[in-house]
Amino acid sequence: MKNKTTRWSDRVIPILMITLTLLFVSLFLIIPLISIFTEAFRQGTRAYLESFKDEYAWSAIRLTLITAGIAVPMNVVFGVMAAWCITKFQFRGKNILITLIDLPFAISPVIAGLIFVLAFGQRTALGAWLIDHDIKIIFAAPGIVLATVFVTFPFVARELIPLMQEQGTLEEEAAVSLGAGGWSIFWRVTLPNIKWGLLYGLILCNARAMGEFGAVSVVSGHIRGETNTVPLYIETLYAGYSTVAAFSMATLLAGLAIITLIAKSIVEWKVKRGRRNTET
Amino acid sequence: MKKRFVSLLLIAALSLAGTSLFAADIELLNVSYDPTRELYEQFNQAFLKHYKAETGDNVKIKQSHGGSGKQALAVIEGLEADVVTLALAYDIENIAEKSKSIPQDWQKRLPDNSTPYTSTVVFLVRKGNPKKITKWEDLLKPGVSVIAAHPKTSGVARWSYLAGWGAILKQQLGDLKKLNDPKYANEVTAAQKKAREYTAELYRHVKVLDSGARGSTQTFVQRRIGDVLLNWENEAYLAVREYGADQFEIVVPPISILAEPPVAVIDKVVDKRGTRKAAEAYLKYLYSKEGQEIAAKNYYRPRDPEVLKKYSNNFAKVELFSIDDVFGGWQKAQKIHFSDGGVFDQINAR
Repeated sequence: MKNKTTRWSDRVIPILMITLTLLFVSLFLIIPLISIFTEAFRQGTRAYLESFKDEYAWSAIRLTLITAGIAVPMNVVFGVMAAWCITKFQFRGKNILITLIDLPFAISPVIAGLIFVLAFGQRTALGAWLIDHDIKIIFAAPGIVLATVFVTFPFVARELIPLMQEQGTLEEEAAVSLGAGGWSIFWRVTLPNIKWGLLYGLILCNARAMGEFGAVSVVSGHIRGETNTVPLYIETLYAGYSTVAAFSMATLLAGLAIITLIAKSIVEWKVKRGRRNTET
Repeated sequence: MKKRFVSLLLIAALSLAGTSLFAADIELLNVSYDPTRELYEQFNQAFLKHYKAETGDNVKIKQSHGGSGKQALAVIEGLEADVVTLALAYDIENIAEKSKSIPQDWQKRLPDNSTPYTSTVVFLVRKGNPKKITKWEDLLKPGVSVIAAHPKTSGVARWSYLAGWGAILKQQLGDLKKLNDPKYANEVTAAQKKAREYTAELYRHVKVLDSGARGSTQTFVQRRIGDVLLNWENEAYLAVREYGADQFEIVVPPISILAEPPVAVIDKVVDKRGTRKAAEAYLKYLYSKEGQEIAAKNYYRPRDPEVLKKYSNNFAKVELFSIDDVFGGWQKAQKIHFSDGGVFDQINAR
């Protein structure tokens, strides 16, 4: 008798769990995603396409692409450097460095934006000097890039550190003993080992760079056609009762999210295969 | 090949020189408060036509919108606005004081205290007015939930707060003139106490405090939270126009505040950028017949008596008191009510 009941619950509980999870996922992910597209196409395909004819829409898309185009490569370079330092060398203050890398994750994005306003605002000596010399940081594109770099900084490094730690320094040591220099070790040994992990971090970093709202909102100044990124422009449209246009722009970000997810799963699979290969 | 390239370059250089010889391209940044998006979208179109006809120059006007207090802070921190068109005088005074980019007497530079249009605070309720809200006292009825913006960041939120306060003073005293008459000092003190109690209770009925006027409209209209929205007259009319009179109605209380949203040229910015002439013309044009008509069409009360008469159907008859009469001006009102540790903080902390 007892055996039977456990078997019965063994079968029911997983089904229950799966249905609950599916319900949860559809409630919080799929239904909102569908509603973005239905709202965007509510007045037909023409109205949807019309939203992208606006010059403000293009300037927002351009600014978002420029921002990501600067922030992502910067974070790739710094992320690889940081991960390399932390995993391949022993030095004092290493733990402090690791903690610092995580800082942007721990700080609310709005506070991150405020940090830049406080640092470069007109009321500080530095900010006043910059403005007198006509160098615009906050309320202009450079501030948006800075805030985005700050917020997306940990993605690449965080992804690489555990991977490189796991790989250890054996292969690099072997290369040194064979007489390889620093650059050639990096290009021929380290980089091939971490390429999929790096790509994974890059994808996440890019998704966040294009989608960031809070930090960018604080430093932007919300000037239409000049300092509005796509997420900020969506808010501007929505607040201006242009619902269809707002949701049309939102489909861009939703599309980006879907592409990111697909790319992420492909890369994840590659990473796993790569690890299995190194193990055998 | 080389020749063609050179001639191409020449043509490009000439056409560039040509445009700059005959017409200057000027860019202005107008940093404004939340509900003026539609107003300035229309006004900017009218102005650039007018300015082109008048001077031959092309003007492009860039807009930035947000809660009035927040926008003023951005200008203080270095947002390079050629003109500011904010919700209340204190926010521009704050810019004058903290960034020294405009003179202290800025409000005397344009007619009517530099406010080309006025407005007031009204109630927006759900269709049929299910909670029977007609006056300020009704907002405290049990079960009534109120939507308003945050007085620290939003302009209309401060006007609403003061409107309610003044309405209670009027109800208690019967005549607001008693406020400045030493004979009635005791009566006034008692009335101020009542007004404070009213305001404290009012904010206990507030369900959501958004940072700006438009945000609170969206909370009420799109997210369908709350029984009554305290907002600009123009914002309430716009919401009804956008979402249909079958869903909302406007309730005009018997008494409210005369809200004066002022405008100013930011001297330091226009002198640095060389845009003073266009910026001054821009603000002056707000007072022209066309500017006043555009304001009236967007439910801002025009200063021009003729235009006001023409659009009198757009505006409800309501007794209005001014901030100078009841609160002794913005500096004083801001210090007593909205500064850190002021009355709003005290009643909100409880």
